[in-house]
Amino acid sequence: MINLQFFARYREQLDCEAEQLPWDASLQTLADVRQHLLARGEQWQVLAEPRIMCARNQELCSLEALIADGDELAFFPPVTGG
Amino acid sequence: MRIAVQQQAFDPGEWLNRLQGDNQGTGAVVGFVGYVRDYNDGDPVAGMWLEHYPGMTEKALQGIADQASERWPLLDVQLIHRVGQLDPGEPIVFVGAASAHRQAAFAATEFIMDYLKTRAPFWKRETTPQGERWVESRESDEQALERWSSQP
Repeated sequence: MINLQFFARYREQLDCEAEQLPWDASLQTLADVRQHLLARGEQWQVLAEPRIMCARNQELCSLEALIADGDELAFFPPVTGG
Repeated sequence: MRIAVQQQAFDPGEWLNRLQGDNQGTGAVVGFVGYVRDYNDGDPVAGMWLEHYPGMTEKALQGIADQASERWPLLDVQLIHRVGQLDPGEPIVFVGAASAHRQAAFAATEFIMDYLKTRAPFWKRETTPQGERWVESRESDEQALERWSSQP
Protein backbone atom coordinates (compact mmCIF):
# COMPACT_ATOMS: atom_id res chain seq x y z
CA MET A 1 0.00 0.00 0.00
CA ILE A 2 1.17 3.51 -0.84
CA ASN A 3 -0.04 6.43 1.28
CA LEU A 4 -0.51 9.52 -0.84
CA GLN A 5 -0.82 13.06 0.45
CA PHE A 6 -1.56 16.35 -1.28
CA PHE A 7 -1.11 19.83 0.09
CA ALA A 8 -2.18 23.45 -0.39
CA ARG A 9 -3.42 24.31 -3.90
CA TYR A 10 -3.16 20.70 -5.08
CA ARG A 11 -5.19 19.47 -2.11
CA GLU A 12 -7.90 22.04 -2.90
CA GLN A 13 -7.99 21.48 -6.64
CA LEU A 14 -8.01 17.68 -6.29
CA ASP A 15 -10.46 17.88 -3.38
CA CYS A 16 -8.28 15.22 -1.77
CA GLU A 17 -5.80 15.45 1.07
CA ALA A 18 -4.89 11.79 1.33
CA GLU A 19 -5.60 8.45 -0.27
CA GLN A 20 -4.23 4.93 -0.31
CA LEU A 21 -3.02 3.34 -3.50
CA PRO A 22 -2.68 -0.47 -3.68
CA TRP A 23 0.97 -1.47 -4.07
CA ASP A 24 1.80 -2.09 -7.72
CA ALA A 25 5.34 -3.14 -8.60
CA SER A 26 5.09 -1.42 -11.99
CA LEU A 27 5.11 1.92 -10.17
CA GLN A 28 8.83 2.25 -9.51
CA THR A 29 9.30 5.98 -9.00
CA LEU A 30 7.33 9.04 -7.90
CA ALA A 31 7.19 10.00 -11.57
CA ASP A 32 5.38 6.69 -12.26
CA VAL A 33 2.87 7.43 -9.51
CA ARG A 34 2.35 10.94 -10.86
CA GLN A 35 1.75 9.50 -14.35
CA HIS A 36 -0.73 7.03 -12.91
CA LEU A 37 -2.64 9.91 -11.26
CA LEU A 38 -2.53 12.11 -14.40
CA ALA A 39 -4.21 9.29 -16.34
CA ARG A 40 -7.29 9.71 -14.12
CA GLY A 41 -8.46 12.71 -16.11
CA GLU A 42 -8.90 16.45 -16.29
CA GLN A 43 -9.05 17.24 -12.56
CA TRP A 44 -5.65 15.64 -11.97
CA GLN A 45 -3.77 17.69 -14.57
CA VAL A 46 -2.73 20.13 -11.84
CA LEU A 47 -0.06 17.54 -11.02
CA ALA A 48 1.45 18.09 -14.48
CA GLU A 49 2.94 21.40 -13.34
CA PRO A 50 6.69 21.41 -14.03
CA ARG A 51 7.49 23.02 -10.66
CA ILE A 52 5.73 20.30 -8.65
CA MET A 53 7.60 19.25 -5.49
CA CYS A 54 7.45 15.86 -3.84
CA ALA A 55 8.52 13.98 -0.76
CA ARG A 56 9.07 10.33 0.09
CA ASN A 57 8.58 9.36 3.73
CA GLN A 58 8.58 13.04 4.72
CA GLU A 59 11.84 13.93 2.98
CA LEU A 60 12.08 16.06 -0.14
CA CYS A 61 13.10 14.00 -3.15
CA SER A 62 13.13 14.12 -6.92
CA LEU A 63 10.43 12.59 -9.11
CA GLU A 64 13.01 9.98 -10.12
CA ALA A 65 13.30 8.65 -6.54
CA LEU A 66 12.51 4.93 -6.21
CA ILE A 67 9.55 3.95 -4.04
CA ALA A 68 8.70 0.91 -1.94
CA ASP A 69 5.58 -0.75 -0.54
CA GLY A 70 4.40 1.12 2.58
CA ASP A 71 5.85 4.47 1.54
CA GLU A 72 4.23 7.81 2.37
CA LEU A 73 4.43 9.96 -0.75
CA ALA A 74 3.41 13.59 -1.04
CA PHE A 75 2.93 15.97 -3.95
CA PHE A 76 2.75 19.73 -3.44
CA PRO A 77 3.31 23.11 -5.13
CA PRO A 78 6.50 25.10 -4.44
CA VAL A 79 6.68 25.99 -0.75
CA THR A 80 6.05 29.56 0.46
CA GLY A 81 6.85 29.66 4.17
CA GLY A 82 8.96 32.14 6.08
CA MET B 1 18.75 24.22 20.06
CA ARG B 2 15.01 24.62 19.98
CA ILE B 3 12.61 24.21 17.08
CA ALA B 4 8.88 24.81 17.25
CA VAL B 5 5.94 24.78 14.85
CA GLN B 6 2.85 26.15 16.52
CA GLN B 7 -0.47 27.96 16.09
CA GLN B 8 -0.06 30.22 19.12
CA ALA B 9 1.51 33.65 18.86
CA PHE B 10 5.04 34.04 20.21
CA ASP B 11 7.22 36.85 21.51
CA PRO B 12 10.33 37.27 19.30
CA GLY B 13 12.13 39.14 22.10
CA GLU B 14 11.83 36.13 24.38
CA TRP B 15 13.28 33.86 21.70
CA LEU B 16 16.10 36.30 21.01
CA ASN B 17 17.05 36.56 24.67
CA ARG B 18 17.09 32.80 25.06
CA LEU B 19 19.95 32.55 22.55
CA GLN B 20 22.62 33.77 24.93
CA GLY B 21 21.35 31.48 27.64
CA ASP B 22 23.87 31.00 30.41
CA ASN B 23 26.74 30.70 27.98
CA GLN B 24 29.29 33.42 28.66
CA GLY B 25 31.31 32.23 25.67
CA THR B 26 28.59 33.70 23.45
CA GLY B 27 29.90 36.84 21.80
CA ALA B 28 27.20 37.34 19.18
CA VAL B 29 23.50 36.74 18.78
CA VAL B 30 21.66 37.40 15.51
CA GLY B 31 17.89 37.17 15.21
CA PHE B 32 15.56 37.44 12.21
CA VAL B 33 11.81 38.04 12.54
CA GLY B 34 9.44 37.62 9.61
CA TYR B 35 6.05 39.40 9.85
CA VAL B 36 2.75 39.12 8.00
CA ARG B 37 2.47 42.16 5.71
CA ASP B 38 -0.84 43.93 5.06
CA TYR B 39 -0.22 44.02 1.30
CA ASN B 40 1.19 41.69 -1.36
CA ASP B 41 1.46 41.91 -5.14
CA GLY B 42 -0.36 45.24 -5.12
CA ASP B 43 -3.34 44.10 -3.05
CA PRO B 44 -4.25 44.70 0.59
CA VAL B 45 -4.02 41.53 2.68
CA ALA B 46 -6.49 41.12 5.55
CA GLY B 47 -5.11 37.85 6.89
CA MET B 48 -3.19 34.72 6.14
CA TRP B 49 -3.62 30.96 6.56
CA LEU B 50 -0.46 28.88 6.93
CA GLU B 51 -0.72 25.25 5.88
CA HIS B 52 2.07 22.77 6.58
CA TYR B 53 2.93 19.07 6.39
CA PRO B 54 2.80 17.86 10.00
CA GLY B 55 5.69 15.54 10.73
CA MET B 56 7.75 16.53 7.73
CA THR B 57 7.84 20.20 8.72
CA GLU B 58 9.57 19.54 12.04
CA LYS B 59 12.07 17.15 10.40
CA ALA B 60 12.84 19.62 7.62
CA LEU B 61 13.48 22.47 10.08
CA GLN B 62 15.66 20.23 12.26
CA GLY B 63 17.62 19.18 9.17
CA ILE B 64 18.19 22.80 8.13
CA ALA B 65 19.34 23.80 11.63
CA ASP B 66 21.66 20.76 11.75
CA GLN B 67 23.19 21.71 8.39
CA ALA B 68 23.86 25.24 9.67
CA SER B 69 25.45 23.84 12.84
CA GLU B 70 27.78 21.66 10.77
CA ARG B 71 28.75 24.58 8.58
CA TRP B 72 29.42 27.26 11.23
CA PRO B 73 30.65 27.13 14.85
CA LEU B 74 27.29 27.91 16.45
CA LEU B 75 26.60 27.85 20.17
CA ASP B 76 22.82 27.77 19.72
CA VAL B 77 20.04 27.92 17.13
CA GLN B 78 16.42 28.86 17.87
CA LEU B 79 13.72 28.51 15.24
CA ILE B 80 9.96 28.96 15.48
CA HIS B 81 7.37 29.08 12.71
CA ARG B 82 3.66 29.64 13.08
CA VAL B 83 0.88 27.78 11.27
CA GLY B 84 -2.86 28.35 11.01
CA GLN B 85 -4.56 31.74 10.94
CA LEU B 86 -2.46 34.91 11.23
CA ASP B 87 -3.26 38.63 11.15
CA PRO B 88 -1.21 41.35 9.45
CA GLY B 89 1.54 42.58 11.73
CA GLU B 90 1.98 39.28 13.56
CA PRO B 91 5.38 37.57 13.68
CA ILE B 92 5.29 34.45 11.52
CA VAL B 93 8.85 33.18 11.89
CA PHE B 94 11.86 33.69 14.14
CA VAL B 95 15.32 32.36 13.37
CA GLY B 96 18.27 33.11 15.60
CA ALA B 97 21.83 31.92 16.00
CA ALA B 98 24.46 32.42 18.68
CA SER B 99 28.22 32.16 18.19
CA ALA B 100 31.50 33.42 19.61
CA HIS B 101 31.96 35.90 16.73
CA ARG B 102 29.34 37.66 14.66
CA GLN B 103 30.14 36.29 11.17
CA ALA B 104 28.95 32.77 11.96
CA ALA B 105 25.69 33.96 13.52
CA PHE B 106 24.91 36.36 10.63
CA ALA B 107 25.66 33.77 7.95
CA ALA B 108 23.84 30.91 9.69
CA THR B 109 20.68 32.98 10.18
CA GLU B 110 20.56 33.88 6.48
CA PHE B 111 21.36 30.32 5.46
CA ILE B 112 18.54 28.92 7.61
CA MET B 113 16.02 31.45 6.23
CA ASP B 114 17.06 30.80 2.62
CA TYR B 115 16.62 27.04 3.09
CA LEU B 116 13.40 27.41 5.06
CA LYS B 117 11.81 29.52 2.31
CA THR B 118 12.55 27.00 -0.43
CA ARG B 119 12.66 23.60 1.32
CA ALA B 120 10.36 23.56 4.36
CA PRO B 121 6.78 22.43 3.63
CA PHE B 122 4.75 25.56 4.43
CA TRP B 123 2.20 27.21 2.13
CA LYS B 124 0.61 30.66 2.55
CA ARG B 125 -2.97 31.44 1.53
CA GLU B 126 -3.85 35.10 1.87
CA THR B 127 -7.17 36.90 2.15
CA THR B 128 -7.53 39.82 -0.27
CA PRO B 129 -10.56 41.92 -1.35
CA GLN B 130 -10.87 39.52 -4.33
CA GLY B 131 -10.98 36.49 -2.03
CA GLU B 132 -8.53 33.84 -0.92
CA ARG B 133 -5.43 33.09 -2.97
CA TRP B 134 -2.36 30.88 -2.62
CA VAL B 135 0.88 32.83 -2.51
CA GLU B 136 3.21 31.98 -5.40
CA SER B 137 6.83 31.10 -4.72
CA ARG B 138 9.45 33.61 -5.86
CA GLU B 139 12.32 32.91 -8.20
CA SER B 140 14.47 35.25 -6.08
CA ASP B 141 14.14 32.82 -3.13
CA GLU B 142 15.54 30.00 -5.23
CA GLN B 143 18.40 32.27 -6.34
CA ALA B 144 19.13 33.21 -2.73
CA LEU B 145 19.63 29.53 -1.98
CA GLU B 146 22.08 28.97 -4.82
CA ARG B 147 24.75 31.21 -3.37
CA TRP B 148 25.26 28.75 -0.50
CA SER B 149 26.32 25.99 -2.88
CA SER B 150 29.34 27.99 -4.08
CA GLN B 151 30.20 30.28 -1.15
CA PRO B 152 31.87 28.66 1.87
